[in-house]
Amino acid sequence: MQKVFGRPKGLTEVAFSFCPGCTHGIIMRLVGEVLEELEIIEDTIGVSPVGCAGFCQDFFSCDFVGAAHGRAQAVGTGIKRALPDRIVFTYQGDGDIAAIGTQHAIHTAARGEKITSIMVNNAIYGMTGGQMAPTTLEGMKTSTSPYGRDLVINGYPLDLPKTIATLDGVKYVASVSVDSPKNILQAKKAIKKAFQVQQAGLGFALVSVLSTCPTNWGLSPVDSLKWLRENMMPVYEMGELKVAEEVKNL
Amino acid sequence: MSNRVLMKGNEIIGEAAIRAGCKLFFGYPITPSTEIIEYLAKNLPKAGGTVLQAEDEIGAINMCYGAACTGTRVMTASSSPGISLKQEGISYCAAAELPVVLVNVNRTGPGLGGLGPTQSDYFQSTKGGGHGDYRLIVLAPSKAQELYDFTLEAFDLAEKYRNPVLILTDGFLGQMMEPVELKEKPTSPEVDKSWVVDGARGREKRIIASYSLTNEIGEANNLRWEAKFNGIKEKEQRWEEFYADDAEYLLVSYGTTGRISKSVVLNARKKGIKLGLIRPITLWPFPEKAFIPYKNKIKGIVTVELNTGQMIEDVKLAMDCCVPIYLYRRQGGMLPTETEILEFLEKQFKLSTEEV
Repeated sequence: MQKVFGRPKGLTEVAFSFCPGCTHGIIMRLVGEVLEELEIIEDTIGVSPVGCAGFCQDFFSCDFVGAAHGRAQAVGTGIKRALPDRIVFTYQGDGDIAAIGTQHAIHTAARGEKITSIMVNNAIYGMTGGQMAPTTLEGMKTSTSPYGRDLVINGYPLDLPKTIATLDGVKYVASVSVDSPKNILQAKKAIKKAFQVQQAGLGFALVSVLSTCPTNWGLSPVDSLKWLRENMMPVYEMGELKVAEEVKNL
Repeated sequence: MSNRVLMKGNEIIGEAAIRAGCKLFFGYPITPSTEIIEYLAKNLPKAGGTVLQAEDEIGAINMCYGAACTGTRVMTASSSPGISLKQEGISYCAAAELPVVLVNVNRTGPGLGGLGPTQSDYFQSTKGGGHGDYRLIVLAPSKAQELYDFTLEAFDLAEKYRNPVLILTDGFLGQMMEPVELKEKPTSPEVDKSWVVDGARGREKRIIASYSLTNEIGEANNLRWEAKFNGIKEKEQRWEEFYADDAEYLLVSYGTTGRISKSVVLNARKKGIKLGLIRPITLWPFPEKAFIPYKNKIKGIVTVELNTGQMIEDVKLAMDCCVPIYLYRRQGGMLPTETEILEFLEKQFKLSTEEV
């Protein structure tokens, strides 16, 4: 019998440990597929963050380095500068890359560091149990904004990809979602392109993927997808936010 | 062939790093350490390496972490407030057992402090510094030649033990010009590199991380690190003795005050006071072995420090407090004169020089 569907070679056999309905698994699968399709598994070193995304070090089949909270891109910079011919990527949550690691997010991009960053934005701190993130939406209730995010007290949600797209060293930025089959296909195209940018040695590439957190949002998996579409997609600018000239020819 | 040159302390560290095969330097400018990054920015590229000025100290130490994961020789240098910022990353380097060479050109503190010579970071350097239970190998040079020699060796030590090594110096040593023999580096011993991440080509994937949510694994890790630290304690204690053999009194002092203390010993001997010096070279492991022969032999000790009395705690432990041990200190960037140290010793131990 012919096997028509299986795990991509970019993923190990370790079973995902995510909550039901969490879309981390879809996003990791897409990255795993891209690693396989570009035949770069053996050339790639991934950097994992702190948080739910940190489990990725066990799920991807390439070498991995575990970074401190927020430091993944600085760690990735060190690896890439040591081994310029290898592929280096970070897989980080929104709290990791857009709050505690913002200085690295800005400067890794500004330097045009030849690494790829995948940002998973679920508007909340997942692993610590549903606290406010830099991406938490206005009015959104979390355990540290129990009355809803108040813009006067907590400020506005940060659309990091939009900011990063303004920097010269950045060659490719996309903001995608995995809420529907169509969007999953688009997300994969963006992730693949972000790795191709690095393969071509062009500069920094970032893909932000909107993700659900049914457990901490207090919604069912299906309602979470609906909530993401209705609430996050209008706030976060979607699509390819920056495609440098040289990337268009890839 | 002699290769003796006159160089500034901080530049000597940079030159030694290049000769040690350091290929990457990540740093952030801060006085009085800045000449290290400046020297390397100019000279490391000529040796096929790269200097990257990071967005901040936290970025720099984490870049070191990443580079060290690949088995590449890497260094960072800073001064006290910058070293404080790096502590998170240093803890991670220790946990991931990464060979990173660190330099702290100590400036005064707490806070922003000033630039004068100080030893205010002794505790921070030797007792951990960052979170968790780890140790750094800490080398304390007291002259230009040691800045060179210890920097060369730091890279070998870091690789041998897979542990960060800190060179602790200060603005006095860093800014001073002194002759130095740029000795050829002896060949580094072969070290196991079977742990590095460089792409899983034809092998199983590797993970370098310090994360463990299983208490049993956590304890096993701590026991493994503890065994390593105990091995270092056993094998790597270093110190210099100066007129200590027949001494009735000892000065204990390292780095900048270690060299001043040598003159104090010579002055005391001229006056007939049997004074000697133990100069710790490794601050961790603290050279407790150095004190064993003197436990029931000497009448007292003065530690000379540029802080409120930090190393004196280790001296008291090493001596089991079996003789009076006093502190002579200056702070805030001030240095003691030989005369004031000797006067203090004479006063504490009621050494009337007229008797001699």
